Amino acid sequence: MSAVEAWTPSVRQLERESVERRRRHQRALVALVVTLVVFAVIVVAVTSSPGWDRVKETFFSWPDMKAAFPDVLHGFLKYNVAMFLIAEPLILLVGIAVAVTRHTVSPWLTPLRILAVVYTDLFRGLPTILVVTLFGLGIPALQLTGVTNSLFWLTLVALVLCYGAYVAEVIRAGIDSVHPTQLASAEALALSRAQAMWHVILPQALRRVVPPLVNDFVSLQKDTALISVVGVFEALKAASDYGNYHFNYSPMVLAGVFFLVVTIPVARLTDWLSARARRREWGRS
Amino acid sequence: MTTPMSELLSVAGLRKSYGDRVVLADIDLSISTHDVVCLIGASGSGKSTLLRCLNLLEPIDDGVITFDGREISDPLIDPREVRREIGMVFQAYNLFPHLTVLENCVLAPVKVHGMEKDEARARAEELLTRFGLAAHSSAHPDSLSGGQQQRAALVRALCTRPRLLLLDEITAALDPILVGEVLEIVRAEAAAGMTMILATHEMAFAREVATSVCFLDGGRILEQGAPDQLFGDPREERTKEFLARIL
Repeated sequence: MSAVEAWTPSVRQLERESVERRRRHQRALVALVVTLVVFAVIVVAVTSSPGWDRVKETFFSWPDMKAAFPDVLHGFLKYNVAMFLIAEPLILLVGIAVAVTRHTVSPWLTPLRILAVVYTDLFRGLPTILVVTLFGLGIPALQLTGVTNSLFWLTLVALVLCYGAYVAEVIRAGIDSVHPTQLASAEALALSRAQAMWHVILPQALRRVVPPLVNDFVSLQKDTALISVVGVFEALKAASDYGNYHFNYSPMVLAGVFFLVVTIPVARLTDWLSARARRREWGRS
Repeated sequence: MTTPMSELLSVAGLRKSYGDRVVLADIDLSISTHDVVCLIGASGSGKSTLLRCLNLLEPIDDGVITFDGREISDPLIDPREVRREIGMVFQAYNLFPHLTVLENCVLAPVKVHGMEKDEARARAEELLTRFGLAAHSSAHPDSLSGGQQQRAALVRALCTRPRLLLLDEITAALDPILVGEVLEIVRAEAAAGMTMILATHEMAFAREVATSVCFLDGGRILEQGAPDQLFGDPREERTKEFLARIL
């Protein structure tokens, strides 16, 4: 942490900097031109195609988007976003619990370990749409007392179970990637296995698996549309309902935009968070 | 040393193998309080494995290890109880990269030894200051130099007030200048009466601080003696060869 000394760049350094500046400008210009040309070609190719007017009318009609906007937005906020916000922390909890369970060694936990393996194998292997249907239609049909008939909560449980299995495997891979010397080091300090897992292994594991976790969460956000199979009027269902009455599917494109508006910032935010954590640990800012 | 001092750790007939490969055999060792025992020998001679057996990081195949009069090689012993009393420092530091230096140092005192957070922090800060790391206590380990990281690892081990310190080639990854700053701490601890077993390639240092030196060869303690005797007048031919090569 020595004080910064007064420094005047040498003539050679100033020369180098001006050359580098020139080259940076050239590169920016090339990038701009190439990008514009490529996108222009794509736009021209699509809009000059023989069926473009029909496609434009059916999928990109502004009046239809405007007409369906309130219903699609309502479905999106009430179901897709709400479900995503509630399900995501639950999935993370299920994933961590299952992954950690598979790494325990206590003989008392053997049944739990077997259960964890069976659970991941089962829910990772089944099509999500089947689990959603089974929970949404099958459970109410059982007419159990004390079990909710709310489609929202039943399908939410179905999604949590399906994604919990994926996330558990991602976290397990993260735990396996932490070098065994870290566990040795924790054990040498007399930490118990549970303490070592919680304070030493898991924090490092979770940081490493942030990108694949974001992948799963973006995928979850999209899969909230699956609850439409049991008749929940989420964004996409509301949009296609409009389409069925007006023979126009522009609201579905609108619903797609809604999804992007949520998922893209989530990805950027997590990128920024993990970059910040990395900078802190490596001490370069 | 006319009267026998209190024996802290003893090893009798220790044997350790990985599959068919025997890495330690017929190890006998006795360590009293305030002893500084240096393990020397070529890489692969079993020094690190022996240290890891002593705090039960490695299961042993045969023999008896006694710590403070209690057999710790008993399978019914909780290894954590043993490790509470024994500190260890590794060649590759093994600091926890997601925690700051200070957090590394207070983790075990708080979580294992039930120390109050403030008390643990005060003790850690005092040790960090004494070893020239006060300015880095809130830094993460990977932003420090190798010598600073290893000193932090030493402080982490000392924070729990261990009765025995195991040092596993703690300067092997450092350049000569950084070696000096780390060994200074070890020297100070030896002077303060800390009981230590260290595997090392620093022969001059071993000669200076050791009360006893063991030469390991092929998983056996081939020769053990006072540093002056072992370095000055080794009995075994293999010891002479090793010292001739390394000095």
